[in-house]
Amino acid sequence: MRVRLGGHEILHDVHVDAHAGAPVAIMGGNGSGKSTLVRALVGALPLSGGSVKIFGKERSRATSRRVGYVPQRVSAGSGVSATAIEVVTSGLLGAGRLVPPRDAKARAIAALDDLGVGELAHRDVSHLSGGQQQRVLIARALVRKPDLLILDEPMAGVDVPSQEALAATLQRHSDSGGSVVIVLHELGALTPLIDHAVVLEQGCVTHVGEPPRGLGVHALPGHDHEHAHADVPEPTASPFAWEVRK
Amino acid sequence: MSVLTDPLVQRMMLVAIMVGVTAPIVGTYLVHRRMALLGDGIGHVALAGVAAGWLAGSWAGLADQDALAIPGAIVFAIAGAVVIERMRARGIAAADVIMAVMFYGGIASGVLLISAAGGSNANLMGYLFGSISTVSWNDVWVTVILSIAILAIGLGLRRSLFAVTHDQEFAHSTGLPVNALNMVVAVLAAVTITASMRVVGVLLVSGLMILPVAISQMVTGSFNRTMNIAMVIGVVLCVSGVGITLFYNLQPGALIVVLGVLLYVVVASGASLRHRARQRREKVETA
Repeated sequence: MRVRLGGHEILHDVHVDAHAGAPVAIMGGNGSGKSTLVRALVGALPLSGGSVKIFGKERSRATSRRVGYVPQRVSAGSGVSATAIEVVTSGLLGAGRLVPPRDAKARAIAALDDLGVGELAHRDVSHLSGGQQQRVLIARALVRKPDLLILDEPMAGVDVPSQEALAATLQRHSDSGGSVVIVLHELGALTPLIDHAVVLEQGCVTHVGEPPRGLGVHALPGHDHEHAHADVPEPTASPFAWEVRK
Repeated sequence: MSVLTDPLVQRMMLVAIMVGVTAPIVGTYLVHRRMALLGDGIGHVALAGVAAGWLAGSWAGLADQDALAIPGAIVFAIAGAVVIERMRARGIAAADVIMAVMFYGGIASGVLLISAAGGSNANLMGYLFGSISTVSWNDVWVTVILSIAILAIGLGLRRSLFAVTHDQEFAHSTGLPVNALNMVVAVLAAVTITASMRVVGVLLVSGLMILPVAISQMVTGSFNRTMNIAMVIGVVLCVSGVGITLFYNLQPGALIVVLGVLLYVVVASGASLRHRARQRREKVETA
């Protein structure tokens, strides 16, 4: 896929495959295009070229029903307060469903319970800690019972217990046959879960395969992706389109 | 009680209740999307529509030159809302810059058009600051119809409109028709402004949309409750404002907004005192 923003090409012929039961990490430094990639993947940004296929079909409103997305937490702040249950219930809406189902409340509470934050259902999300807010956003994605879960830097600013809870949640989703695509600065608590990584630099794929195990090397300012180092194989280069298969 | 049997007072109260209940619905979405000033931008464009209606009435030789003012305001306000939303969505300009262009363009066009129609700026005063004391049954029916539309869409699509105004990126991922729902909010704002024009005028209409929401969100942490409480506050403010002007020679629109500001100050002070008391209590408990 290719993405242009403000007249500049941000993603250049990026191709990534993700398969069920094998979570994929999108890694890279600041400004490498990780978030642009997932935003284009979910349809929040238009493509300037290429295509997005989800479960073998061109992305459409129909395929969006099978996707659960967790954006960066900063995008969830809004002018009017909202409770956790209101936020999670909004996850039950989508193409052809402008009004939530009758059992929306029960499903939202169940999703919050699964993430260990059921007691916060009626609390204002802006008053919750970073980790709690993150769990609410993950509950909003999971309440859709998605086949593909896409997360944009869910570990940023989150305490260790919340990171471990997130790792357990993603493990369960993956074990039950779900696909996971996750943007990360470093693997952290997700190290045992991630066997496959795509590393981006300046909008290009510079590595596909085993994730870099060094702690956060790809996020360091000035990190050199051009030259291979001990834990990262030589970059691969090929013209691509994003594809998720199950 | 004889005041309440006066048909003019009944018309004024009916319009005040309708506007009081509907303006905060749209205001809640605008505040949530951090576009509280959108109402002002559209209001100024509606003023140009009023003047264009005057000009059309003048050209058509209508006895009542005012007859096309409200239809003109509706057409211009909706067109303005659509333009603002499309420019914002396409990132052509920042929202505050678009709004500024609408402010100045709307009011300047309004003054030019009204002078071209042979009128004066005085003819625009009723629309700038409201003129509920001249409301006719025709105005009441127009307000009722517009209010029913706002209630049906603003409350019926509450969850979807919340989803889009709360987190647009997530809404895109779910397949919700984000652009269409954003347009619904903008058009609802335009309709609300034209419906409220008689009561508070285009210069103050944003106050009636935003103040009840600003007050309400200080007492609750829920989006739904914020909207519900804001609707009650909107009705109380409008009915109180209009009611007081039955006994005192004051401008109703300005009084409604001033009452809203006073209530905001009172509730904000109470919230601040409550916050300090809680902090003191927590300090004592920690010690």
